[in-house]
Amino acid sequence: MSFLTTVWEILIVYWPMFLRGAGTTLLIALVGTIIGAIIGLLIGVVRTIPTPEKGIKKIFLKFVNVIFSIYIEVFRGTPMMVQAMVIFYGTASIFHIRPNIMMAAFFIVSINTGAYMAEIVRGGIISIDKGQFEAARAIGMNHIQTMKNIVLPQVIRNILPATGNEFVINIKDTSVLNVIAVTELYFASSSIVGTNLLFFETFFITCIIYLILTFTTTRILRFFERKLDGPDTFIMAGNQMQVKLPTDLGGK
Amino acid sequence: MEKVIEIQHLSKSFGTHEVLKDINFSVKKGEVVSIIGSSGSGKSTLLRCVNLLEQPSGGEIIYKGENILDDKHDINKFRTKLGMVFQHFNLFNNLNVLGNCTVGQIQVLKRSKEEAEKIALKYLTQVGMEKFVNAKPKHLSGGQKQRVAIARALSMEPDVMLFDEPTSALDPEMVGEVLKVMKELAESGLTMIIVTHEMEFAREVSDRVIFMDKGLIAEEGTPDEIFQNPKEERTKEFLKRTLKL
Repeated sequence: MSFLTTVWEILIVYWPMFLRGAGTTLLIALVGTIIGAIIGLLIGVVRTIPTPEKGIKKIFLKFVNVIFSIYIEVFRGTPMMVQAMVIFYGTASIFHIRPNIMMAAFFIVSINTGAYMAEIVRGGIISIDKGQFEAARAIGMNHIQTMKNIVLPQVIRNILPATGNEFVINIKDTSVLNVIAVTELYFASSSIVGTNLLFFETFFITCIIYLILTFTTTRILRFFERKLDGPDTFIMAGNQMQVKLPTDLGGK
Repeated sequence: MEKVIEIQHLSKSFGTHEVLKDINFSVKKGEVVSIIGSSGSGKSTLLRCVNLLEQPSGGEIIYKGENILDDKHDINKFRTKLGMVFQHFNLFNNLNVLGNCTVGQIQVLKRSKEEAEKIALKYLTQVGMEKFVNAKPKHLSGGQKQRVAIARALSMEPDVMLFDEPTSALDPEMVGEVLKVMKELAESGLTMIIVTHEMEFAREVSDRVIFMDKGLIAEEGTPDEIFQNPKEERTKEFLKRTLKL
């Protein structure tokens, strides 16, 4: 009983700090995942450009692909905590400026996620059957048009579970950013412990908050997935009315 | 009659394997040409070379007096002039039936959405799929998918339609509905090149039949010439094998 009472007392006193920490964590994870996903999509599109047999374009594409490979290997192959230290203090010592902490946090999580997302997107693009690429080429679409209208909408649907996974990982992994003094949830908890010295009770609350964040996130994503899939069956009766007016068609 | 498309000395190799050797033929406006032959004779490869889904190893493809295999030619523009229907339909799974028929018109031909939908609906009606405009490909049967695929190709209003074994992946009871649509198209004066295993159909709708064997055109003639009096031994043997069934 005394445990729960203590937890309650901590909450009453420190809830603004917990809330701010949770907000920061969520913000960094969200921005990082979205920008990371965009980086991944862009790299995926570029890496699947069919390489011409000769010419300057081939050399250029090859060069770009090597750069991407290095990027992916480096950021997947080193811990985010170390990346944070190197980037944050690296910028400080090379450019003699102190980077904005939140900007640094967004940057680190984004490029880290981007490295993972690039591979996820590549897998997603490969999984679209070759026939649809051919059909798009056969009606005269170029690579960008094919990607934008046909492939990416399907890829985004297919990689949604993996992206959700990245988001959940990011919510938890932003805790390592406390090494560069980002005031996310873990940093906030540490600060609270620093004043009340109640390690177990405080981090018990932290634990619950992380769980709430990740659980709601996964539920929301699941909802979106189902929404994107649409109904499994097609009811013709509901559509016949709309056939009469071509101008009414296609509108959402 | 003017030639819509002319193939000269076309060859195609995959590595050291020579699939097509010195193919020569042309298609006139309004003509329906069927390409028959056993599996592996190169008929699908030939069709795929015509719209450059496979890059030919040699030869020329003459369209409107120009060799489109020249480096300077815009391949994507040329492809809009050829409608392709695939064995496995290859509908765009993220788009509904109407979207499948309009995306190319809007993106490539730069038509307005309203115009594209009007044209799409015209061809969807022609193939009898106008009631399914809002259905997704996953809701359709094989025969319905193939009819949508035909409407998608027609919506681009191409000069020539290419059919790559359009009924080979269908259940027997759905073959008829697709062949019926194709027959109507043939009668409407559309220029068509059809790779098929449906001998009866080829005989009925074609103006000319090309029999391919081992990467070469072994025999070419009217349906009567090919099916009634084949000259080549290989043609006789092939027809005996297929028509017996």
